Amino acid sequence: MIGKKQRTLTSKISSGNPEKFAFSARCGCKLPSLECALSKFPRKFFVSQQALVEIRDVNFSYDSRPILKGINMTFHKGKVIAIMGGSGCGKTTLFRLIGGALRPTKGDITIAGQNIHQLDQHGLYAMRRKMGVLFQFGALFTDMSVYDNVAFQMREHTDLPEEMIHDLVMMKLHSVGLRGTHALMPAELSGGMARRVALARTVALDPMLILYDEPFAGLDPISLSVVGASIRRLNNALGATSVVVTHDVQESLKIVDYIYFISDGVIVAEGTPAEIEASDKPYVHQFVHGKMDGPLPFHYPSSDYRQDLGVSV
Amino acid sequence: MPFIQSVQQIGHRTVNGIWRLGVVSRFFLLILLNSGASFRRFQLTLRELFFTGVMSLIIILVAGLFVGIVLGLQGYETLKSYGSESALGTLVALSLVRELGPVLAALLFASRAGSAMTAEIGLMKATEQLAAMEMMAVSPIARVVAPRFWAGVISMPLLAAMFSAMGVFGGYLVGVVFIGVDEGSFWSQMQGAVDFQHDILNGALKSLVFGIAVTVIALFEGFDAPPTAEGVSGATTRTVVQSSLAILLLDVVLTAFMFRGI
Repeated sequence: MIGKKQRTLTSKISSGNPEKFAFSARCGCKLPSLECALSKFPRKFFVSQQALVEIRDVNFSYDSRPILKGINMTFHKGKVIAIMGGSGCGKTTLFRLIGGALRPTKGDITIAGQNIHQLDQHGLYAMRRKMGVLFQFGALFTDMSVYDNVAFQMREHTDLPEEMIHDLVMMKLHSVGLRGTHALMPAELSGGMARRVALARTVALDPMLILYDEPFAGLDPISLSVVGASIRRLNNALGATSVVVTHDVQESLKIVDYIYFISDGVIVAEGTPAEIEASDKPYVHQFVHGKMDGPLPFHYPSSDYRQDLGVSV
Repeated sequence: MPFIQSVQQIGHRTVNGIWRLGVVSRFFLLILLNSGASFRRFQLTLRELFFTGVMSLIIILVAGLFVGIVLGLQGYETLKSYGSESALGTLVALSLVRELGPVLAALLFASRAGSAMTAEIGLMKATEQLAAMEMMAVSPIARVVAPRFWAGVISMPLLAAMFSAMGVFGGYLVGVVFIGVDEGSFWSQMQGAVDFQHDILNGALKSLVFGIAVTVIALFEGFDAPPTAEGVSGATTRTVVQSSLAILLLDVVLTAFMFRGI
């Protein structure tokens, strides 16, 4: 019964009833339902001072090699936060620590008031059901169609009837502009499309926290802009908190509320996009403007150049 | 010092081998503990049964037919010299049901389905699909590994039975239809000599054990593969080599227990 109701609602939305779905009709974005309405509210509406994620004095080492040293961060509800830094600076490790895939050698990570590294397997899985993770290249299940990929979590974690799952999947795919691809296999999608399908799958269960690992890597400028806009729009629509691990400065400055820069395992700079753009800190300046040399040296540490070339000193 | 170095290397490999055996045993235990979904949502196992069992059928049937034909030809030549060609049916059936059926079907299964399982799971790991599943609060052992394990365990005895049946048909074809061995004695001697419990059930038990060994090795190698092209390729090779050796070793042990009563 619920499924039928839902189907009727969806068909009404797609036919564009001007009275009941005034938001969709007025803006012309063809976004159905609540999602369109919510995306029109000012960003500050969603930004609360309540912290969703708190990272306190986190240290992490692989064997005896320190990767992260005394990291402190706070992610407020409704915000989009970027964690930036050069390759190998420890940002992906931090990403995996937040997801509970790694355990810090020291310090705490609290999500919605719960220290995730003190949770047992059952508790961790319960927490992960409230989280969405977008992996670097989408990590779509290659043996399932686009539709089944997006429906995956709904089938695994809910008892929703298949009719309702159908409607929800179509709405999620519609929100990333790929409703027409539902019957395709991941191998038939372009890189940008695969990333957008993965985005739809990530928000399938309306998570409170969304983690993005290099969501802009390897995308053409159009796909990059579409993915960036989708991240912001979905965050606003769901009232979620998003953490974007990336080194794409220009795209991130457009969509995020706050930026942390990590270098060599420590936070070297942080601030709003405007503060970061105006910053005269050498590291931030080098990173934002893509300078070849600076605090991050161009040359890997090596012995004397003349000595390597066999030239007598 | 080369002597000390080689002793060290032998020691290191032994310890590593024992450690790996422990990890495989733990993995096997984890599969059993996470098998609930494979039966509650049997369509997951059914899907894997199609890929591991049904898709292996052609190679199993063709190989069974040819092995039966060769057995018929070779057996006839040998039995003729003793004047007991009528026992051809017995020879073909006992060889297939007791030994060749379970062992050859398992070797073919390891090469065809085992290597495919390893490559698939290895690539799922390399492309972060397993990590994505874990982050979605879905256990990859329960959702990906266990259904494949049960599909392998269920399909292996069935494939071995089909291999043997096809082999018997091959022996009949060459012995009775082409050479002219008496059809009545071919079937009646076979019926009299083959015991259901001693031969058929023991053969089925062997193939069940081989099925468990092959699928556990294949799944573990895939799950443990380094997430690179080289890593997946190495894991696939190890699956075929280790499964084949495990099948032959287990066959020796099982045959000793079943047919010699050690």
